[in-house]
Amino acid sequence: MHKYVLKRFAMLIPVLIGVTFIVFFILALTPGDPVTIILGDNATAENIAKLTEELGLDDPLLVRYGRYMLNLLKGDLGKSYSNQLSVADQILERFPNTFILAVAAILVALIIGIPVGIISAKKQYTWLDNTFMVLALVGVSMPVFWLGLVLVIVFSLNLRWLPSQGMGQGFMGILKSLVLPAVSLGAGSAAMVARMTRSSMLEVIRQDYIDTARAKGVKESTITIRHMLKNALIPIITVVGLQFGQLLGGAVLTETVFSWPGLGRFMVEAIKKKDTPSVLGSVIFLSVAFSIVNLLIDILYAYVDPRIKSQYKVQSALGRRRGE
Amino acid sequence: MISITTTIIDVVTDNRVYDTYVISQNLVMRLKGPSAEHIFGLDEFGRDIFLRMLWGTRYSLFLGAIGILASTIVGGTLGAIAGFYGNAIDNIVMRFMDILLAIPSILLAIAIVAALGPGLVNILIAIAISYIPTFARVVRAKVMSIKDQEFIEAARAVGASDARIIFKYIIPNSLAPIIVQATLGVAGAILSIAGLSFLGLGIQPPMPEWGAMLSNARTYIRDAWHITVIPGLGIMLTILSLNLVGDGLRDALDPRLKN
Repeated sequence: MHKYVLKRFAMLIPVLIGVTFIVFFILALTPGDPVTIILGDNATAENIAKLTEELGLDDPLLVRYGRYMLNLLKGDLGKSYSNQLSVADQILERFPNTFILAVAAILVALIIGIPVGIISAKKQYTWLDNTFMVLALVGVSMPVFWLGLVLVIVFSLNLRWLPSQGMGQGFMGILKSLVLPAVSLGAGSAAMVARMTRSSMLEVIRQDYIDTARAKGVKESTITIRHMLKNALIPIITVVGLQFGQLLGGAVLTETVFSWPGLGRFMVEAIKKKDTPSVLGSVIFLSVAFSIVNLLIDILYAYVDPRIKSQYKVQSALGRRRGE
Repeated sequence: MISITTTIIDVVTDNRVYDTYVISQNLVMRLKGPSAEHIFGLDEFGRDIFLRMLWGTRYSLFLGAIGILASTIVGGTLGAIAGFYGNAIDNIVMRFMDILLAIPSILLAIAIVAALGPGLVNILIAIAISYIPTFARVVRAKVMSIKDQEFIEAARAVGASDARIIFKYIIPNSLAPIIVQATLGVAGAILSIAGLSFLGLGIQPPMPEWGAMLSNARTYIRDAWHITVIPGLGIMLTILSLNLVGDGLRDALDPRLKN
């Protein structure tokens, strides 16, 4: 099993090199001279030439990429064009806020999605199932930023229950300011989780071992949780993992609607200021986080599903025998 | 249909309807709510929201459809080649697709627009590129499942070239999952275009794009709910219909997936 985990981590390295390569080259196409952005329009030719050399902008693209990667390995993502602060520090300062938002959104998705999926599957083709599935389809179809705005109209402007902007202070303050962004970001994922839970539960609901459990007189709630949900969990974990990764990237829109001080909003502001190092750093950071989350889900998947684990054990045993 | 009709109206009237009712401002009437004369009300510049939404289909729906068509053609061809030839070619193409998939699609689109700048063509490029890997994967899987079937062997036996086998026999037989994926892809693309415009990175004012309409509406959210709620409902209903069509097609074309 350890070998499997190490192998998966090793496979991540070329992907990450590829991601940095693609993002670096895309952003190298950005029009406008970075030196003019830093020094302003009134800079002298001498200052321009000096800064161009200092930043290494007159080097070929591949050399610049190589230098960027070497610095990246040291945790240095360069300096922001707009305020000259370290990009890595600014990203690390804002990423926890994005992470909190994504975790809260995924909790919303699980709390709503799993019970709705279970009820829908157990009451298949009833009015309750139909209502839930129509709502799930609506949830998948809603633009996240629009839902955010509607929640602001209802809960902030009309009912005045929750704040509409920014991140509060202290535990309760953060919690209150987190509710609307988390619901708006998590609603689409809740719908996806509900649909997946329903279809996954339907796969196991008519299995013989469920009838056996019922015949033995096991309580219905125990059957649902221990016999059905446990066996239906693997596809749900995959969807939750994929959704969590998507939420890290998708938080850009929610953070903009709610002025949440996260990495997504930082990136959008950087784009508007033509601050390429900050955009580059943010996209790379979020893509790496996305890849790592996907990898962790794959590993978790192997741990949860005994079939995958035993399959791997058989393979490694065969491999050892062949080695002898 | 709506986007084609609006284009025909523009051609016939030499843009007079577009100039007079869709983009021209009437500040006296600004933020007026829905009425018999303006069923969806007026926006922050006194423009009719209903007409702007109709004209907006040209950007949101049409760009989404063209972007997905482009990624279907490029992604589909790459997937077909990877699946058909296998080995090294498959490895090179699919590892490249894995790398693109490692970047969340909205981030990839944002990076492309950040580099190329906002604008219709650049959004189209961003959308097309960010959806290529999905189509490559779907087509590759389908091609691999049919490339060893007897009718392909028969085609090879009568001397058909690889290109003929791929384009004449394999791709037409892989169309079902591509159509389903494309329908769902258009829904996703419309959401991405609206999202980019909402962030101010997409279609620029005064063009009536749905996401841009929502972005402008944010400022007036306290004064006029209708300019926020109505364009969003339009986006949602469009995506809902596309998702329903996509789900229906999937059930019709692959009954095994139906629960």
